[in-house]
Amino acid sequence: MSVCEEKKEEMKDDRIEGIASSIRVVPNFPKPGIMFQDITTLLLDPKAFKDAVDLFVERYTGRDVSVVAGIEARGFIFGPPIALAIGAKFIPLRKPRKLPGEVISEEYVLEYGTDCLEMHVGAVQPGERALVVDDLIATGGTLCAAINLLERVGAEVVECACVIEIPELKGRERLRDKPLYVLVETQ
Amino acid sequence: MLEEENGVDPRLQAISAAIRVVPHFPKPGIMFNDITPLLLRPEVFKDVVEIFVDRYRDMGIAAVAGIEARGFIFGPSIALAIGAKFIPLRKPRKLPGEVISETYVLEYGTDCLEMHVGAVQPGERILIIDDVIATGGTLSAAIRLLERAGAEVVECACLLGLPKFKAEWKARVHSCGVPSVASDVPLFIVRSFSCLLKEISC
Repeated sequence: MSVCEEKKEEMKDDRIEGIASSIRVVPNFPKPGIMFQDITTLLLDPKAFKDAVDLFVERYTGRDVSVVAGIEARGFIFGPPIALAIGAKFIPLRKPRKLPGEVISEEYVLEYGTDCLEMHVGAVQPGERALVVDDLIATGGTLCAAINLLERVGAEVVECACVIEIPELKGRERLRDKPLYVLVETQ
Repeated sequence: MLEEENGVDPRLQAISAAIRVVPHFPKPGIMFNDITPLLLRPEVFKDVVEIFVDRYRDMGIAAVAGIEARGFIFGPSIALAIGAKFIPLRKPRKLPGEVISETYVLEYGTDCLEMHVGAVQPGERILIIDDVIATGGTLSAAIRLLERAGAEVVECACLLGLPKFKAEWKARVHSCGVPSVASDVPLFIVRSFSCLLKEISC
C-alpha cells in the first residue's frame, strides 16, 4: 500500500476500535445463556456513533443506492442517517400491523415459532438499488425476510449492512449470495 | 410553532404534502397521520432534520431522547448533527441491563416507557423527540423518566401536533398527580394537523 492508503487504513482501524469498545455486552438477556450485544452505549458516545455512520456512508456514497431499508427498531437508528447522507429514501421494515395502509408481508422462522416483517406497497420501485440496515446479524433470519420483501417488489439488494456480526450463528451463510458488510465481529 | 414564528417557510408546504392521512387506522374513527411518505423524499426529510438542528444546535443539548419507534427515525440524525448523545426510550423489556420505568395512562389501560440507568447524568440538558404529539401521554412519561434521572428537559419536539395541543398538554401533565416542572416544558411542533386524533402507540 502507498503511505496515503496505509494512513487511511490506520484511521479506519482506529475508528473501528473505538466503535467495538463502545459496545456493551449484557449477559443472560433476553434469556439465560445469551450474551446480548448492546449498541445503546455506542449511541451515548457521539464520536463512536458518528464514526459508525461515516464508515457506512463512505462505503455507499457514489454507488447509486436509492433505498435504505431499516429493520425495526434498531435499524431505524442507523438507517436514516445513512440514507440522508447518501441522498436515498428511508424505508422502515416493521412488525405486523404497525404500518398503516397497504403492505406486503414476509413470514420468517424463529427458534420457536415464526415472526413477520412488513413493508409499504409502493415504497420501492422495480430496479431500485437497496441497502438493508440493522444493528446486528445473528442467525440472519430477519435480514433474509427483509431481502425477500425488497426482491419481491423488484428491487436489487446491493448489500446488507450491520454494526455487529455474531459469526458463530452463521448468519452470513444464510444470506447466501447477498453481500454483508459489518463493522465489528464478536468472537 | 414554526409557521407562526417564520411567516412563510418554503420548506413547510413540502413537509405537509409529504404526510399521508390514513383513515380508520389502527381502528375505525381514527385518522392516522403517516409520516413514511416523507421518508421517501430525501430533500424533504433532510429539511425536517435541518429545521430541528438549526433550532437546537446552540442550546447546549447533551442528549436527544427518542421515543420508540418513530422517534428513532428523527432523533439520531439530530443528535449526530449537534454532537449530542442519543437515548432510546423503549417499550418494556427491550432495553437490556438496568432500566427505570414509567407507566402512563392510555384511553383503555396503561403502557410503559423505559430508559437505561446511567444514560443521562443529573443536570444534563435534554431534547425529547417523537414524530407526532396527540394527547401527550407518551411525551409526559418521557419527561418524567428524564426528570427522575435528574436531567433538565429543555424542550419536546415533534414533527406533527394538534393545534390545540398546548391546552391539552398542560391538562394532561397536571392530571398525572405528580408534582413536577413538566408543565413548563415547551413544545416545538413543525406542522399542525386538524384531524381528531387519539393516543396511538408506536
